[in-house]
Amino acid sequence: MAAQDQTNQLPMGQLPIGQESDSGTIFSEEVIKSLTSSKVSDRDKAIAAISQNFSPLAAEVLTGLLKGGLFWDRDSQAFYLESNGLKPIWPTAAPSAAVNPKKVAVNNRQRELLASLLSARSLFDPKVETRREAAKKLIGAPNVDLTVVQRRLAEEDDPRTLDNLKIVLAMGALKNQEGSEAEKLAALTELERLYAPAALEDIKALASGSNPELAKAATQTLKLMEARAQRLALAETLFFGLSLGSVLVLIAIGLAITFGVMGVINMAHGEMAMLGAYTVWATQTILPGQPGLALILALPAAFLVAGTVGGAIELTVIRPLYNRPLETLLATFGLSLILQQAARKGVSSMNVAVITPEFMSGQWAIANNFSVTQGRVIIIVFCLLVFAAVYLALQKTRLGLEIRAVTQNRAMARALGVHSSRVDTLTFALGSGVAGVSGVALSQLTNVGPNLGQDYIVDSFMVVVFGGVGNLWGALLGGLIIGLANKFLEPMNGAMLAKITIMVGIILFIQRHPKGLFPQRGRVASF
Amino acid sequence: MISSYVRKAVVGLAALAIILGGSIAKAQDTIKVGILHSLSGTMAISETTLKDAVLMLIEEQNKKGGVLGKKLEAVVVDPASDWPMFAEKARDLLTRDKVAVVFGCWTSVSRKSVLPVFEELNGLLFYPVQYEGQESSKNVIYTGAAPNQQAIPAVDYLLAEGSKRFVLVGTDYVFPRTANKIVEAYLLKKGVAQADIITYYTPFSHSDWQSIVADIKRIGGAGLKTAVISTINGDANVPFYKELAAQNISASDIPVMAFSVGEEELSGVDAKPLVGHLAAWNYFQSVENPANSSFIKQWQEFIKDSKRVTNDPMEAHYIGFNLWVKAVEKAKSVDVDTVLKAIVGLETPNLTGGVAKLLPNHHLTKPVLIGEIEDNGQFQVVWQTEAEVPGDAWSDYLPESADLIADWTDPINCGNYNEKTKKCLGAEKAPAK
Amino acid sequence: MPVFDRSLKIFTVVMGLLIFSITFGSMGLSNPWISPFTVGLLGKYLCYAVLALSIDLVWGYMGVLSLGHGAFFALGGYAFGMYLMRQIGTLGVYGDAVLPDFMVFIGFEKLPWTWYGSQYFVVAVLLVILVPGALALAFGWTAFRSRVSGVYFSIMSQALTYALMLAFFLNSLGFGGNNGFTDFKRILGFDVHSLGVTVSLFVASALLLWSAAVACRWLVTSRLGLVMIAIRDNEERVRFAGYKVENVKVAVFAFSALLAGLGGALYAPQAGIINPSLFAPIFSIEMVVCVALGGRGSLYGAILGAFLVSWIKSRLSTAAPDLWPFFLGGLFVLVTIFGQNGAMGFLRWGVKKITFGFKKEPVHDPINEPKEAL
Repeated sequence: MAAQDQTNQLPMGQLPIGQESDSGTIFSEEVIKSLTSSKVSDRDKAIAAISQNFSPLAAEVLTGLLKGGLFWDRDSQAFYLESNGLKPIWPTAAPSAAVNPKKVAVNNRQRELLASLLSARSLFDPKVETRREAAKKLIGAPNVDLTVVQRRLAEEDDPRTLDNLKIVLAMGALKNQEGSEAEKLAALTELERLYAPAALEDIKALASGSNPELAKAATQTLKLMEARAQRLALAETLFFGLSLGSVLVLIAIGLAITFGVMGVINMAHGEMAMLGAYTVWATQTILPGQPGLALILALPAAFLVAGTVGGAIELTVIRPLYNRPLETLLATFGLSLILQQAARKGVSSMNVAVITPEFMSGQWAIANNFSVTQGRVIIIVFCLLVFAAVYLALQKTRLGLEIRAVTQNRAMARALGVHSSRVDTLTFALGSGVAGVSGVALSQLTNVGPNLGQDYIVDSFMVVVFGGVGNLWGALLGGLIIGLANKFLEPMNGAMLAKITIMVGIILFIQRHPKGLFPQRGRVASF
Repeated sequence: MISSYVRKAVVGLAALAIILGGSIAKAQDTIKVGILHSLSGTMAISETTLKDAVLMLIEEQNKKGGVLGKKLEAVVVDPASDWPMFAEKARDLLTRDKVAVVFGCWTSVSRKSVLPVFEELNGLLFYPVQYEGQESSKNVIYTGAAPNQQAIPAVDYLLAEGSKRFVLVGTDYVFPRTANKIVEAYLLKKGVAQADIITYYTPFSHSDWQSIVADIKRIGGAGLKTAVISTINGDANVPFYKELAAQNISASDIPVMAFSVGEEELSGVDAKPLVGHLAAWNYFQSVENPANSSFIKQWQEFIKDSKRVTNDPMEAHYIGFNLWVKAVEKAKSVDVDTVLKAIVGLETPNLTGGVAKLLPNHHLTKPVLIGEIEDNGQFQVVWQTEAEVPGDAWSDYLPESADLIADWTDPINCGNYNEKTKKCLGAEKAPAK
Repeated sequence: MPVFDRSLKIFTVVMGLLIFSITFGSMGLSNPWISPFTVGLLGKYLCYAVLALSIDLVWGYMGVLSLGHGAFFALGGYAFGMYLMRQIGTLGVYGDAVLPDFMVFIGFEKLPWTWYGSQYFVVAVLLVILVPGALALAFGWTAFRSRVSGVYFSIMSQALTYALMLAFFLNSLGFGGNNGFTDFKRILGFDVHSLGVTVSLFVASALLLWSAAVACRWLVTSRLGLVMIAIRDNEERVRFAGYKVENVKVAVFAFSALLAGLGGALYAPQAGIINPSLFAPIFSIEMVVCVALGGRGSLYGAILGAFLVSWIKSRLSTAAPDLWPFFLGGLFVLVTIFGQNGAMGFLRWGVKKITFGFKKEPVHDPINEPKEAL
């Protein structure tokens, strides 16, 4: 592995940008030999050689290597690049279709190297996003040619790219052995202003260095950056808490209906969410290549699937047990065993792969150093939408009115002509359907498999009881509070103790307030 | 009056006796092989495959005429991911079914649960999963990796790739605890500062990784090349990797080296965001050689699914099964003691083109491979040991076990022998019968 | 109402015969027809039955559904397990006379304070009684006094066992984390794997179950028992009648937890392992299901249910390893819907059919026929 170290020393920044090289000389015999060797380490030499060539083709080849899109066809002795199918790039006489193409593979370290090689080239790209990405990549990269960066700095007009370029320059100034004290002090201020944690190690070195003036300034910078980091961490924790809370709320809403409103202790609630998650897998299997569309279509599908199963469960299992609510626990526990094993035998005992579509992945940058996960933001919003929909359904629709009437006084509702058994079926179907929809969200965050339901059942009961049985607002606030508390406790005590503390906290809270955060008022059926 | 109670009680007891004594011994013309893998409960995800793998190996062996002229008969039981049930089922297999050998267990705790049973009844267990070490039983053959066949080479690789700071993330149970202790001791020895080794433990099935991944991002973004060593258990891996991807941490920024993520786990994930992350195993499906291709083909035909993957514990069962067959044929008997005498020193080809040899400490020689995840859920081997590494039951990097060795051949015949004091610790436990 | 009624007499004879036949069948003959495996298995079932009985006492007779009784069972098991771990002594793999293997393994320098005195059998027995009892007293006291009842209490007891499970998973707590305690070697100096110890443990479990049943029977037929049943059927009215409902509930709950703890203590050496999975909510729910299956509000029903479910699990997971959860799950569903009083109700119905015309109608028995609407 000794050979690998020297490749990090490549003069990657010293590019005569804009100067064309002869693309014909890229694939010398030696390059071909090392590029197609079965040893990954041989490819280091090839990358080094290609990076010395400055033709657009070389850039394409390097990009291809980075993205795993460069193929070698041994039969025709030709290279192909992946771009909507394989296109021949070398030699010019190569046949247009590859016979037996094999990917030219690179490893992590080489990918990192390729990325920084390409970054310097990309600094001059017309697209802003590419330049931003490139400037970011240069932060902390070894042996950056600062003159190139400086040249770009003069021309650059995108503020975020500019900031990153300034960080690169400031970090270079810090490290510069011959640099003056004033330059270094200025660099420190700049790094503090722009908040560049990547420079922490270098600043620490200065802080313990021999120059007292610089050491003092560096210590001060470290302190300021630390404070900044703490503020950022606080904002992050807040977001994480909301996002965990929204997941808890999502799973708990369905239970708040079946358990809270109807009083059925539905141990198969988690399995309803599991059904929803499997629905995503099914739609994605039916619509290959369109994971995003499949995910959106899965929402109504999951609602229908879980709702139908829920309705069927109500009709067959729950109905005979209405005067014995605690016993619904036993029957639904049996159902959950059956549903889990059905998933194991019917689909697979292993988890299934659910694809995260483009719009659910990636980050949404709020500030240069603070970004939130897009998928999480969508789930928070989604949770609020589901909550609003269920709330409106219960408050504003005829069915909602009937549901509330039946739960508050079944006999009176019946006397007034409400078809109570039909309402029961629909309520249970609604609760199960919402659980199915929550399963769609879970499929984006965790495993989709037979165990999915089991992982969430205890948590969702806690949320409902903590919030107050029979109250949707309770589920919402309860879930968010538990999520936030969990995330604020986690950095202090670790994930294990945080969870234990939350449990003990809920137990103590319920001892003081036996009916939860929002006790149900009025005369309602007690169980 | 009393007599009527007695009559009722006798009837009840008789019914109970019939129920309990239900299985009637069949004619003894086969050799029974026990399979003790969870088919329901949380561990079914991983273990069901291994049950099928053993069934396939048995079927294949029977096609060749069985062993010692007798057909093999599989006895499958479901311990349901319930640890006391593992002990119960092990006892059931050994006393009622009188199986000659058992292939089974996955988690450490299930192995710990059955261990006393196998020692008491002198059974024979082949345990196929990489584990924490610090154990060697006369009655267990460890066909998975010991820590020195997985953790140490993996750390060496990361160090050579330039990592200077390490985040150790694991589920809080005995394998991650021990693996991390060994890794930490080794890193310190290699000159990594204590402050640059950061450890996180999480509960089982941990699903919300936001805070820990954000920490990793912060630690990795602070100017030193950082790597994550993950001993996260099964279920919790998918949300972990999804969170890594969601927070835009790519393998080239902060590589994650996993000890429990294989082809099977990846078949349940969209692998694209995971490309470049690492895993250390003794086998990868992508290794190209004739033995492996025919094994994969055989497996996919047996399971009737051309997309099913193979993984490291399956190879361990493959090696273990073949070793057992060889030992039985050499010993001309299925008697456990005779087989155990015969099996030490036996060699059988593994699926990566080398040879697995059973050492006196009941561990195997294994090659160590480091693979990078590719977008199809397979691994590209980026590094591998020159030769097979002998498994070490007792870690040399932990003070309490530095002087211990295991040797099940004469004259030592001890699973925890102190080389300094020349004593077999807890000696009463291991009388050589 | 007499404590020793017909059912208890039958039960006494059954237990007597069971003890006699198992002891004789496994030890008394030169060629025993009962294997130590069966003895151990039955011993384990007996412990489950004690747990089921303790759940039935509070649920069937007082209307308090605890979904966390497994916690008391597990605590009893852990308390006794500590003694068993200390008994290993130098027989452990590291040969450490004081520290159990897992502590050496995790890196404990010395014994944590929680383990002081655990090497003495007497201390272990005291802990087995005190720890679950005290926890139940504290939990019940705070819960019942603030009138946490019904479903809320059930879910809170589930939270309790869940929190304890997470806590016992912690390796730093010093109770072995996920692996728990295993590889017991000796009990009171005897080899745990010897036939004598196996049979003795079985006999001890049988005696425990018998005395637990007698105690429960005595309790439910006493004046206190009548108050319990009244609480089950209408708590408010009992309160208005001037009874301290909370005190009754706390006392019975603690007693029930103590029984569960004793069952757990005998379970640990027979199962050969004690680990946090006993704290898992699913285990407690399963035991509640046992009670329901056997017949809630009938002491023998709970015992029968525990035997039935454990036996079905044991046999079916060998006979139909792929499909048994379907059978077990289906059974739960069907019994809950169609058999309101569980197996015991079925049995009574059967007995009534068979003995029709020979015996006089059994008298109405309010204790063993719980009212609906819980």
